Amino acid sequence: MNIHEYQAKALFEKFGVAVPKGTTATNPEAFVTALAALPEGPTMVKSQIHAGGRGKGTFTNGFKGGVKFCKTKADALVMAGNMLGQTLVTAQTGPAGRKVQTIYFTVASDIKKEYYLAILLDRATSRPVIVASTEGGMDIETVAHDTPEKLFKVLIDPAYGIADFQIRDLITKLGLAGAEAKNAAKLIRNLYTMFWETDAAMVEVNPLITTPTGEVLALDAKVSFDSNALYRHPEIVALRDLNEEDPKEIEASKYSLSYIALDGNIACLVNGAGLAMSTMDIIQHFGGTPANFLDVGGGASKDQVIAAFKIILGDPNVKGILVNIFGGIMDCNVIATGIVEAVKEVGLKLPLVVRLEGNNVVAGKATLAASGLALVSGDTMADAAQKIVKLVA
Amino acid sequence: MAILITPQTKIIVQGITGDFGGRHAKLSLDYGTQVVAGVTPGKGGQFFEYGAHKVPIYNSVADAAKATGATVSVIFVPPPFAADAILECVDAGLDLAVAITEGIPIKDMIRVKRAMTGAKTRLVGPNCPGIVTPGTGKDSFGGCRIGIAPGYIHKKGHVGVVSRSGTLTYEAVFQLTSKNIGQTTCVGIGGDPVNGTNHLDVIKLFNADPETHGIILIGEIGGNAEVEAARWIKANCKKPVAGFIAGATAPAGRRMGHAGAIVGGAEDTAAAKIAVFKECGIEVAATPSDMADALLRAAKAKGVTLT
Repeated sequence: MNIHEYQAKALFEKFGVAVPKGTTATNPEAFVTALAALPEGPTMVKSQIHAGGRGKGTFTNGFKGGVKFCKTKADALVMAGNMLGQTLVTAQTGPAGRKVQTIYFTVASDIKKEYYLAILLDRATSRPVIVASTEGGMDIETVAHDTPEKLFKVLIDPAYGIADFQIRDLITKLGLAGAEAKNAAKLIRNLYTMFWETDAAMVEVNPLITTPTGEVLALDAKVSFDSNALYRHPEIVALRDLNEEDPKEIEASKYSLSYIALDGNIACLVNGAGLAMSTMDIIQHFGGTPANFLDVGGGASKDQVIAAFKIILGDPNVKGILVNIFGGIMDCNVIATGIVEAVKEVGLKLPLVVRLEGNNVVAGKATLAASGLALVSGDTMADAAQKIVKLVA
Repeated sequence: MAILITPQTKIIVQGITGDFGGRHAKLSLDYGTQVVAGVTPGKGGQFFEYGAHKVPIYNSVADAAKATGATVSVIFVPPPFAADAILECVDAGLDLAVAITEGIPIKDMIRVKRAMTGAKTRLVGPNCPGIVTPGTGKDSFGGCRIGIAPGYIHKKGHVGVVSRSGTLTYEAVFQLTSKNIGQTTCVGIGGDPVNGTNHLDVIKLFNADPETHGIILIGEIGGNAEVEAARWIKANCKKPVAGFIAGATAPAGRRMGHAGAIVGGAEDTAAAKIAVFKECGIEVAATPSDMADALLRAAKAKGVTLT
């Protein structure tokens, strides 16, 4: 689960990670009140959407930049009016962009130097890893690729937690000394505590900055949480912003369906994550484009299948559907009956190819054939994928 | 010899009184698997009764192991209690714990894995379909089925299958059995980013098993476990290996059902992993329908008989 920058920074403050002072507003009337809480002087105006690349983004009304520096609070007031309620398109949002519903005002800090700091899971060792770099404000993958010697990694032993010597080591490598070193040590330790205590999946601060007066501040904040652990963090669940999620994905989650919208026109309905991913792949392999990832789970009840069809058909780009079910434990005939009822209920008019395999498949195929529905049967995944690609072309 | 489990292996089911655990305990009993004990704290002394079977229930894994001589446990307990259930197997000194549970917090698994350092217990999973060593009876009856895989699609034979995904494993097994090619053991290692046994561990076991003549390695986007296994195969494994990677069309940064199936960088995309497979002499299945045929191609090239 992702949260907004302003929410992440509120969490940072709670855990003692220093950030520039900031306030938010969700309507133009609140701009003045929000700005009143900040000191007079240079102010940042930041559009709050979950996607990255906001600064280089463009609004659909042509206005450029979702993050702006303003010399005065009066300028910030005008600038916020250009952003709020507008749709921001960035490299990460896709062409549809995201509507900006919250503006975050912060004090514009004097920057001495920018750094990079992140904490995430190192899968190879199954331990948390702190990643830091002297190259802040840049795309970290580019740094890792072009100048790996400027990227420092420290693995944390989960049985002990972060050790002082590890923090000292990082700070030395970042070239910090004096007040900066002391403030950075406190920030790194507190950020790790926050990562661990909140079950974060990733915490990224880019840039982390030093100021001429020796402060060390998190200028930006990107935080995501492990969805599996949300049950023990109601305070984090409360930060979820449904405006940032695809309505079809929200609807899917109500039925324990795992759905992700994509750009293509062939919808898929599959049981199992691995099979669902490879169904998308095989559609592309035979020249089609998948419209979604949809895993109905190992069971796939009738209600789930009906809900899945409705969600798929809510995507106007969909021109055909491929159902791929490997009924291992599930009876294929039960699944076939569910498909027939679902198709009748939603009044499907698009081409539908069904590939059923596994337990009691003969009866399942007979049910599909006897239904009178205009569906096409596929024998293997390859056969089914080729058929749907041809029907949609 | 199969790997990890044989038809003689005695199994404990943790969570046998739950719907999910109970249903699959029954299917394993139907398959002929030696399900000798159940564990549900507070229900010790009761029995799990199914047909002619009367499986005793114990309060702890240690009690169950001591009373029955079981060496393996399968875990069906809900996510908030699953980490604890795994550690209980370690404490009881079992050989193997297979965690089926989906949705265990990553932090719990980080701590479990650290706590298992140096322990004799091997963990398979979590979020996995389990392990099947097929038997010699009709539809492979008489084998050892641990977890949630359909037993009847298997056939006893000489191919090892290792995969993160349940349904993709079934797909591969079904293709093999349809071509009359049997399996030694099929291992689902699970779709989570922090798991116990990884691809490489299983590949090493298959390589050392004289009964296994060929291997199907099924992976997906995210992490570098498949790459690590492929490089080891290139250096050490003489057996034919076919590989498949799911997720070529997955968008970066999105979690594709499995918690671990997420493209983080250039190294863990499907294309990058497939390139490494090819470089390491693994016969790549172009589509999931091609997995058994890919292994047949690899076997033919090495002059190996799979049946």
